[in-house]
Amino acid sequence: MTATSATKRPFRWHIAIFLAPAVLVYTAIMIMPLFGTLQLALFRNVSQSQVFVGLDNFRTLFGDPNWSTNFWNALRNNVWFFIIHMLVQNPVGVVLAALLSSPRLRFSAFYRTAIFIPTILSFVIVGFAWKLILSPLWGVAPNLLDLVGLKSLFTPWLGKEEYALTALSLISVWQFIGIPMMLIYAAMLSIPDEVIEAAECDGVTGMAQFWKIKLPLILPAIGIISILTFVGNFNAFDLIYTAQGALAGPNYSTDILGTFLYRAFFGFQLQVGDPNMGAAIATMMFLIILVGVCIYLFLIQTRLRRYQF
Amino acid sequence: MNTKLLTAILLGSSVLCSAGAAFAQDATLTIESWRNDDLAIWQDKLIPAFEAKNPGIKVVFSPSAPTEYNAALNAKLDAGSAGDIITCRPFDASLDLYTKGKLADLTSLAGMENFSDVAKSAWTTDDGKATFCVPMASVIHGFIYNKDAFDKLGITPPATEEEFFAALDKIKADGTYIPMAMGTKDLWEAATMGYQNIGPNYWQGEEGRLALLKGEQKLTDAQWVEPYATLAKWKPYLGDGFEAQTYPDSQNLFTLGRAAIYPAGSWEISVFNTQAQFKMGAFPPPVRKAGDTCYISDHTDIGIGLNAASKNPDAAKTFLSWVASPEFAEIYANALPGFFSLNSTPVKMADPLAQEFVSWRDKCKSTIRSTYQILSRGTPNLENETWVESANVINGTDTPEVAAKKLQDGLDSWYKPAK
Repeated sequence: MTATSATKRPFRWHIAIFLAPAVLVYTAIMIMPLFGTLQLALFRNVSQSQVFVGLDNFRTLFGDPNWSTNFWNALRNNVWFFIIHMLVQNPVGVVLAALLSSPRLRFSAFYRTAIFIPTILSFVIVGFAWKLILSPLWGVAPNLLDLVGLKSLFTPWLGKEEYALTALSLISVWQFIGIPMMLIYAAMLSIPDEVIEAAECDGVTGMAQFWKIKLPLILPAIGIISILTFVGNFNAFDLIYTAQGALAGPNYSTDILGTFLYRAFFGFQLQVGDPNMGAAIATMMFLIILVGVCIYLFLIQTRLRRYQF
Repeated sequence: MNTKLLTAILLGSSVLCSAGAAFAQDATLTIESWRNDDLAIWQDKLIPAFEAKNPGIKVVFSPSAPTEYNAALNAKLDAGSAGDIITCRPFDASLDLYTKGKLADLTSLAGMENFSDVAKSAWTTDDGKATFCVPMASVIHGFIYNKDAFDKLGITPPATEEEFFAALDKIKADGTYIPMAMGTKDLWEAATMGYQNIGPNYWQGEEGRLALLKGEQKLTDAQWVEPYATLAKWKPYLGDGFEAQTYPDSQNLFTLGRAAIYPAGSWEISVFNTQAQFKMGAFPPPVRKAGDTCYISDHTDIGIGLNAASKNPDAAKTFLSWVASPEFAEIYANALPGFFSLNSTPVKMADPLAQEFVSWRDKCKSTIRSTYQILSRGTPNLENETWVESANVINGTDTPEVAAKKLQDGLDSWYKPAK
């Protein structure tokens, strides 16, 4: 199938046929609902029928303080949720991967598995397990702190406005740390030995070797992880819902875009759901993620240098 | 070979089953409910009692989790996959379903005459013309206490607020028990067991609630702010780390005998009866000064209605008429002490704690929760905000005045009372 044949090339049906299943399934379960949501956001329920209102739902979302305070609060919390992940999850993931790839470490397979296991647990299990661990009444956290004489440091973290969101972010970090670790571990293993040996001949060893040789080589992997974290965090919902409920207490301090969307779309307790406003919020989430991903693709990824061996 | 055999067996059994169904011609009714705690009662007592009298109708009780019920039900109704019988939340959630044509009109259902207008109020249109759910039960708020603890410390159930706080002080000074089992993590405990429990004594029950609806009173008026001030005084009597204490935590603290007083709804009775190893008693929300009229929250909580899209409307109506009968009321109220029948025929109950709760109906004036009728129709939702602010007041995040102001501002933004 090289381009040397000058005669008319027959249409290559097999490509379309092989692509069809994936394209059809993806269109049916991803693209159509996405456009359905965007469309829903432009309508409003007026006396039992859907009426086209243009961007009115967005005007309500940003103009009506009853909606906009909640929205900005959720966005702010979401950004903080993301920052904690970027500051804790990814650097710790890199360190763990660096330690695991060290040839002198024993039982590295065991550590690798143990650190990765929380990632495959359900959010519900993680949420309830941590709620119990941190419970001031029956949790192990107060007792463990007591054993090392630090009982005074214990507060009911999940119930305090100032700590709850950070505590939940760290729980989420605990759950997902396996993913950056694995990706970076794989990237580190793919660094050829010749490069390392050449560095050693030039006298670059130890920490300097990590900073000057290994880190630049795994930067593309770190970029991918950052964008995965970004998308995952701005779509997050489950952990907050299982640990704090749909009202994301105390005082909405753990409310992120996902829980805000849930309350608006499905309603909560006496609040009747409003699918149109919910769709407007979902559209905003989509746009935020889209912008974030574009910034990454066009500004950051193009500047990352890739090394071919 | 094995798979072939298995397929043959499966095929054969499915043919047999469908043949069986075709012969019997049973109408199967599915009940949607959020009361998953009641599964055993429905399966062992209520459904057999009904099926014995109505051969040919089969009933399946299929509950979902309480917090997901409204969302799940709406989705199922829209998709056309909801059961025939719908358990109705009080007020707007159900009214909304009725106006959307999802619930059938039951005004002329046989058995509806067994209920007073007040009992039906939660499932009647604003103009009072159509009723769309059969009232099943109401719940009453009050305080359940550990009788053994009270006897040991020589405390009698407090009648006034002064006595109430004196009792709390005494329990706290003794140190054996946590004075009061309540947390603010789940938010609604603070609002429902706190604010709506003690509040009616301040705003004088129905009088204040209706005045609020008419716009004659505001949530920033003294009688609506003072319950918050009292609630804020509860803080020192709650257990360590109450900010992260969930509702099941509070229940367990009390039933394990570690707490002396539990701000309760009567729905706890059946759970506590099976779990607590000590004697329990109950007292109504203490009045402010000795001799004041007492008010209680006797909240219409559960009704049951008919899915307008049901394929078996006649069978479903037979079932609903039975639910409206005194026979159902008697089985239900005794199987679930704490859910008090709204039937006009008085029901004999065996449970002493339930008797204590229901006896307050004679000496106190009844009202329903202030936020439920009409006031939670808009955005922001007053009920949700009341949860958040009640927890804020107890946590000390907001002063009672600030909390009340926030609630009134939110209400003002959409609620224009008819003048």
